[in-house]
Amino acid sequence: MEQKHKEAGLTDEDVVNMYETMLLARRLDERMWLLNRSGKIPFVVSGQGQEAAQIGAAFALNRDQDYILPYYRDFGMVLAFGMTVKELMLASFAKAEDPNSGGRQMPGHFGQRKNRIVTGSSPVTTQVPHAVGIALAAKMDKKPIVSLVTFGEGSSNQGDFHEGANFAGVHKLPVLFLCENNQYAISVPLNKQIASPHVSDRAAGYGMPGYTIDGNDPIAVYQCVKEAADRAREGGGPALIETLVYRLTPHTSDDDDRSYRTAEEVKEARTRDPLDSFRLYVKGAGLLTDEREKQLETEIADMINEATEYAEQAPYASPESALQFVYNEAAEEENA
Amino acid sequence: MAVISYIEAVTMALREEMERDPHVFILGEDVGKKGGVFKATDGLYAQFGEDRVLDTPLAESAIAGVAIGASMAGKRPVAEMQFADFIMPAVNQIISEAARIRYRSNNDWHCPIVIRAPYGGGIHGALYHSQSVEAIFANQPGLKIVMPSTPYDVKGLLKAAIRDEDPVLFFEHKKAYRSIKGEVPEDDYVLPIGKADVKRKGEDITVITYGLCVHFALQAAGKLAQEGIDTEVVDLRTVYPLDKETIIESASKTGKVLLITEDNKEGSVMSEVSAIIAEHCLFDLDAPIKRLAGPDVPAMPYALPMEKYFMMNPEKVEKAMRDLAEF
Repeated sequence: MEQKHKEAGLTDEDVVNMYETMLLARRLDERMWLLNRSGKIPFVVSGQGQEAAQIGAAFALNRDQDYILPYYRDFGMVLAFGMTVKELMLASFAKAEDPNSGGRQMPGHFGQRKNRIVTGSSPVTTQVPHAVGIALAAKMDKKPIVSLVTFGEGSSNQGDFHEGANFAGVHKLPVLFLCENNQYAISVPLNKQIASPHVSDRAAGYGMPGYTIDGNDPIAVYQCVKEAADRAREGGGPALIETLVYRLTPHTSDDDDRSYRTAEEVKEARTRDPLDSFRLYVKGAGLLTDEREKQLETEIADMINEATEYAEQAPYASPESALQFVYNEAAEEENA
Repeated sequence: MAVISYIEAVTMALREEMERDPHVFILGEDVGKKGGVFKATDGLYAQFGEDRVLDTPLAESAIAGVAIGASMAGKRPVAEMQFADFIMPAVNQIISEAARIRYRSNNDWHCPIVIRAPYGGGIHGALYHSQSVEAIFANQPGLKIVMPSTPYDVKGLLKAAIRDEDPVLFFEHKKAYRSIKGEVPEDDYVLPIGKADVKRKGEDITVITYGLCVHFALQAAGKLAQEGIDTEVVDLRTVYPLDKETIIESASKTGKVLLITEDNKEGSVMSEVSAIIAEHCLFDLDAPIKRLAGPDVPAMPYALPMEKYFMMNPEKVEKAMRDLAEF
C-alpha cells in the first residue's frame, strides 16, 4: 500500500482532492484546445504536464490567507485556490462575468482578489517583485502570510527575477519562488537559456536555499513547498524551488512545436505524464477504484460541459465599458 | 505661517502622512540612515524606524515592483527613485504593471503607490542627473503625473498623491529643492490632483508651464507688467491627465499662449497642451501657439556654457513672453 503521502503529512482526503484537481485541470485544458480548434475561442495557453507541480505547491499553502502570483500556465494552481471551471471558461470566451479581467485580458492572465490570486500581465516575471512586496507587507503587518510566485525557466533570466529574489533575500521575506522548468521557453531549450545546470543554483546568489525537485510528483512538491512555507512563515526567509516538468503541448494554440522538437521526444515525455503516475499512486493507496474513476470522469465532463455552455451563452461586456476603470471611479464621482 | 523650502515641504508631507496612516512607508536607495541623497527623507528613519523607511538594494525595477506588490496587500508605499534619470529600469513595472492593474483586472485590484523622483537641470548634473522624463509616462492612462512648483503645492499635492487610490508619479524639480521657498501651513491640507492653478491672473497673454519654469514666468510677468503687458500664468501642477478646462479657458481669454517646458520640445507635455488649444480655441487665438522648450538633443551637457544654453532661464522666458505680447 502506498504511504508516501502520509509521511509527507497529507491525509487520504488531501490526496484524493489533489488528484481530482489535477484531473479537472487536465480535462479543462483539453477542452479548451478543442474549443480553439473548432473556432469557438481564439486562444489557448496550456498547463498540460505541469499540473502536479502546480497542485502540489498550492496544497502546501494556506489557501485561506496566502497569496499566489501565478503565471499563464497555472490553471491547476488557480483551480486549487478557488477559481471555478465556469470562471476559467468565462475567461476563455472573454465574457463580462470573467472575474480575472471581465474579458479584457487573454486567457491565462489570472487574477481574483477574493481568492488572493494576484492579477498578472504578459511581460514575463514582472510578478516576482510583486510577490516580494506582498511578503514585505506581511512582514510589516506581522501577519503569518506567505506569497508564492511562479514562472518558467526562461523567465528566470529576467532582471525582475534577480532583483526580486535579491530583495527578498536581503530582507528575509516570506516569499517562495517556484520555477516550473518545462524545458522550453517557447522554442528555446534549457541549455540555451541558462548556463548553470539548474535554475535553483541561482538561489545561492541571493542567500536562500535552492531546490531542484521532480515536478511530476505532487507529493514531493507538496513536501518541499510545505517545508519552505513553514520556514518562511517563521521568519526563515525565502526559498527558490525548481520543479522539473515537461510542457506536453505546444507553447500556445498559435505555436507549432514540430519545428523545434521531435515527436519522439514528446512521446517519451508522455510516458512520464504526472497525471498517469499519480493515478497509479492514488489507486495503489487504495483511494481510487476503477468505478470511482469512471464516475469522476463523468462528473468532470458534466461540469466542463455546463461551464462551456454557460460561458458561450454569457454576454460580452458592452463595447463602451472598455472606457471604465482607468482610475478609481468612486473618487471621480466625488470630485465631479 | 512658516516659510520653508521646497524640499522641506516634501519631508513635511511625508512625515505627516506617516504619522496619520501606519500603512504609509518609504522605500528607496539611501532613504534610511542617510535620509536620501538630497535629504528629502531626513529624520524620518530616526522617527519611524527602518521598517517604515526602508533602504533597498540598488535596483529600481524592484523598488517599483515591490511597492506595487505591497500596495496590493494594503500598504501605502512611497518609493523614491534617486534621480528621475534612473527610473528607466522601472519603466516596465510602472507602465506595464502599475498603470494597468486596475484596468486589466476590471477594477478588482488597484495599486495606490507614489513614486517620487527629482528631475530637472541647472545643477551640473549632465546627461544623467538632469533630465525631465515626464513625457515618457504622459500618454499612459492609469498613471497620474504631478509636478509641483511651490512648497505649498508640494505639501498639498504629495499628501493627495499618498491618499490617491491610483499610482502617482511625483516629480520634484531638484533645482527648486533649496532655491524655492514659500509659506506652508502647518495644518493638514490636500490639493486636488488633475487641477491646474492660475498662479497669476492676466488679460494679455497666457503662459502655461509647470515646475521651476513657473517661477521664471512669474518673475518675467512682474517685469512685463511695468511695460503694461498683463500676463496670466497657469501652473499645470498635474501634467497627466491634463486639466483641459483651465487650459482652454485661459487660452480663449487672452488669445496668445506661450507654453514652456524644460524638457526637449518635440513630443513634450506641451505638445499635447498645444493640441488641446488648437482643437478648442482656434477662433479665439490672436497669435500662433508658441512653445519654448529645451532643444531636441538627448539631454543637457555637463560643461557650464552648454548646460546654460540648454536650460530654461528667466531671460529666455521674458524674451519669449515679450515677443508673443508684441505679435
